[in-house]
Amino acid sequence: MKKIRTKWTKKHLLGIEELSAEEINLILDQAQGFKEVLERPIPKVPTLRGKTIVNLFCEPSTRTRSSFELAAKRLSADTLSVAASSSSFLKGETLKDTARNIEAMKIDMIIMRHSCAGAPYFLSKWVDASVINAGDGAHEHPTQALLDVFTIKEKLGKVKGRNISIIGDIAHSRVARSNIWALTKLGASVTVCGPKTLIPAGIEKMGVRVACGLEEALKDADVLNVLRIQLERQKKAFFPSIREYVKVFGINRESLEKYARKDVLIMHPGPINRGVELSQDVADGKYSVILEQVTNGVAVRMAVLFLLSHMK
Amino acid sequence: MPARGVPGAHHQHKGRDMNLKVKSRILDKEGIKRTLQRIAHEILEKNQGVKDLAVIGIKLRGAFLAERIAAQIKDIEGTAVPVGAVDITLYRDDLTEVAEQPVLHATEIEFDITGKKIILVDDVLYTGRTVRCALAELVDFGRPANIQLAVLIDRGHRELPIRPDFVGKNVPTAKNESVEVRLKKPDGVEEVVTLEEKQG
Repeated sequence: MKKIRTKWTKKHLLGIEELSAEEINLILDQAQGFKEVLERPIPKVPTLRGKTIVNLFCEPSTRTRSSFELAAKRLSADTLSVAASSSSFLKGETLKDTARNIEAMKIDMIIMRHSCAGAPYFLSKWVDASVINAGDGAHEHPTQALLDVFTIKEKLGKVKGRNISIIGDIAHSRVARSNIWALTKLGASVTVCGPKTLIPAGIEKMGVRVACGLEEALKDADVLNVLRIQLERQKKAFFPSIREYVKVFGINRESLEKYARKDVLIMHPGPINRGVELSQDVADGKYSVILEQVTNGVAVRMAVLFLLSHMK
Repeated sequence: MPARGVPGAHHQHKGRDMNLKVKSRILDKEGIKRTLQRIAHEILEKNQGVKDLAVIGIKLRGAFLAERIAAQIKDIEGTAVPVGAVDITLYRDDLTEVAEQPVLHATEIEFDITGKKIILVDDVLYTGRTVRCALAELVDFGRPANIQLAVLIDRGHRELPIRPDFVGKNVPTAKNESVEVRLKKPDGVEEVVTLEEKQG
């Protein structure tokens, strides 16, 4: 087993942008150990006994919230879930007040999702607990990126030098942003592709290439990370119609057979709009590692909780 | 100086604490070899052969010793026994107190331990807390027929009701001393030394 020399020094996990390549690799290495824990007859360890972790989700989520909750439970921490729809937010309590009140109940970590970019940063200034960003607006979704690079590393052996294409709504995607940070820090070549209206101007400054069309994005790609088309945003008409999007950017068997490598991996952060960004047969097909991403998500989040739990 | 009662403390300070100097050499290369041979014979004698036997070492050095004991057993009996390794990091009772950040290594037990006679191996037995962690972890993997403890060095100062079944060498120590087992893998040398604090 190789020696791990990087020291974890961060109290919060707010974004990938602030992490070094070594810190990302430390999380991935530790996640490997937790994946083994999840395969044990009793997939639970006493490591975080006595710690209390709060899930503060001010936006809907199934995968991320259950994944964090399960990760905490597998480590024997106590968990508490607060959903915005059933909380005092509706009565007008501010975020700061809610968080400080929860903290007054003696908790150790807050996992937070919020529709405003920067909300977890704000929170981390006001509470003593560790704050983990579980998605803030269109800004970052660090644990999603970590589980994505973990899956790529597991499948392809390494991330460095691999070609990863991210396809879809880049502009509104925190998954894209966190993935770009993580992948470029680890030395992958990243290409983004989508309708022009959904590619932010100046994105090349993040170290990525913009592909003109699907053919260019698929050619030579080791991995396609296909983003969810956020149908709720379609009211603002960033592209003419869903039908046209499917035709031009939809990933289906024909487009893969025509342009992509035979061993390309298909990833998707979920939830999938079947028949929109991914066709039915590709989502369930042999290229897809989508469910493995979900499994790996628990291991990666256990690693994050474990590392942060030692920071006072 | 190794913190008292910290599981694995003698692992983590290995060769790194500049305030310690070698006091005496307890075992050399040949000594370690002969001791492991004797332990292997004793294990076979007590268990009347290799039936249902499995050897599991506590990382880091216990795991290397486990492999070597298993190799000795194979030499003697001609039958290989399953070998595994446990990393106790996630079971430690002092995670919130340790100064240095703990690092998780993989536990590698690729066989079903239920019904097996497990020989748990570590390099130095001290407070017994590391062994307690390993026992807690092992029973989460299944229900062995029994667990027996083999250590290269027993230096005393137990804090828990744990005793070894097979001992390479009993080394009475003061609490401000420490014992280091150095193995070709991973240390590059083969010896067991006692260390004491430098004067002045």
